[in-house]
Amino acid sequence: MNPLRAIGAGLIALLRSAGAVALFAGQTLAALVRPPYFAGQLAQQIFKIGFLSLPVVGLTALFTGAALALNIYTGGSRFNAESFVPNIVAMGIVRELGPVIASLMLAGRVSSGIAAEIGAMRATEQIDALHTLATDPMRYLIAPRVLAGVLVLPVLVATADIIGIYGGFLVSVHTLDFNPTIYVRNTWDFLSDWDIISGLIKAAVFGFILTLMGCYHGFYAQGGAQGVGRAATNAVVAAAVLIFAANFLLTSLFV
Amino acid sequence: MTERVKIAWKNVTVGFDGRKPVLNGLDLEAYEGRSLVVIGGSGTGKSVTLKTALGLIRPQKGCVEIDGKPVRPGHEDDPGVAQIGMLFQSGALFDSLPIWKNVAFRLLHAEHISEDEARTRALEALDQVDLDAHVADQRPGSLSGGMLKRAALARAIVARPKILFFDEPTTGLDPVTADVINKLIVRQVKNLGATAVSITHDMVSMHHIADDVAMVKDGQILWRGSLDGVDSCANDEVCRFVRGESSED
Ligand SMILES: Nc1ncnc2c1ncn2[C@@H]1O[C@H](COP(=O)(O)OP(=O)(O)OP(=O)(O)O)[C@@H](O)[C@H]1O
Ligand SMILES: [Mg+2]
Repeated sequence: MNPLRAIGAGLIALLRSAGAVALFAGQTLAALVRPPYFAGQLAQQIFKIGFLSLPVVGLTALFTGAALALNIYTGGSRFNAESFVPNIVAMGIVRELGPVIASLMLAGRVSSGIAAEIGAMRATEQIDALHTLATDPMRYLIAPRVLAGVLVLPVLVATADIIGIYGGFLVSVHTLDFNPTIYVRNTWDFLSDWDIISGLIKAAVFGFILTLMGCYHGFYAQGGAQGVGRAATNAVVAAAVLIFAANFLLTSLFV
Repeated sequence: MTERVKIAWKNVTVGFDGRKPVLNGLDLEAYEGRSLVVIGGSGTGKSVTLKTALGLIRPQKGCVEIDGKPVRPGHEDDPGVAQIGMLFQSGALFDSLPIWKNVAFRLLHAEHISEDEARTRALEALDQVDLDAHVADQRPGSLSGGMLKRAALARAIVARPKILFFDEPTTGLDPVTADVINKLIVRQVKNLGATAVSITHDMVSMHHIADDVAMVKDGQILWRGSLDGVDSCANDEVCRFVRGESSED
């Protein structure tokens, strides 16, 4: 077997699926801008993706903020720079860890759920049935989920930012003997608007990616229950990888 | 025949990734205001035939025309979807919605009828298929197979479409309920002037509902003719199929 041929075949397959995803994304955007709109579906998805994810996002943010504070304290103390803990915790959470960790948790919770639900609908001919009822599945199923992801992720990430910073604050004040008033002031004075906004822009992009991956893999699921399982797995993996890649791209744009 | 052709399958060829084609140049016509029953062995492509007319499966060759216009999947002016009510073999009810919203789906989302009126019409349709009003608020997950079939049938007829596709409407029903469904199908065609294409393995049902019969074999129409033709044994193989005799002697 010629190794070049294997690499070439892999590359072509990769490009082909990238093309298919791009096409699907285009169709989704087209469905978003042209009526009919399904407001009820959108509200339901905002509730499912947003509200029901709050506990998961809140808890991970709390622990991440706390651990981050401890690590920065340890590292900072080597340069006698412990006093920078509040600044660096805030910056790290708001620009990087808040968006990335919240989105990764949602990739696990939401992308897989969407892929399984839509994949099961495909397997049981419910998507075909939508067509025959003169309803476009792109508008009824896909557009509301993706739009909900784009709208909800910035709100979730803003929540995660606050809770994450609070996690760092708790550890710093209770175990590292920081003065609470100074800690809060250092956090607040240090963060720029752009730190916060750039993080929320990332969140919206990640929300698009993780809902789109769930929808795409579910929509093209094949082969019964096994196919639904595969769709869910692939959705999570693809969402996570693309979130990391997009994070790097956006970060290099935003610095 | 002098009747107007409502649906025409013209040289339709469908294959799935590299395997032997399921439909191989199938030609078939359904006449307006008549009930066509399609019979044939399991896996011969009967369900696929209906799906090509709905634009759910795109033929590799040939086309399907409705009222002389080709079916164009995904286009706004597609002649198919707007006037077809489809009963899927598997029911294909939306399990996230209660039964009445399933039945009323088209009225609510495509025809934008008010919730109250849509619900009233859904309840009427459920009554027509002999389902109690109390199932209206249940989810598909809590219904039996036969109940699901009937709810799906209610969804197919509720918008009073010009064309009705029934994929095994009586499978899984007891004989009495099956009779209710047969009469309902006859009524839809006779009273509403609808064109019906039904797939069935139920020969009693076929005798009830068919004006015309077509038998599919090897991806083509082996024979088509009137119901009388089936009974008078116009074709040997059709005759044996209807009697349920295998070809070994
Ligand atoms: N979406 C699909 N992908 C791949 N193969 C398919 C698909 N749909 C149908 N087939 C194949 O096409 C063939 C015909 O299927 P079809 O469902 O039309 O049979 P049928 O005549 O309705 O049979 P039955 O009486 O058992 O319902 C089968 O071999 C099936 O495996
Ligand atoms: Mg079938």
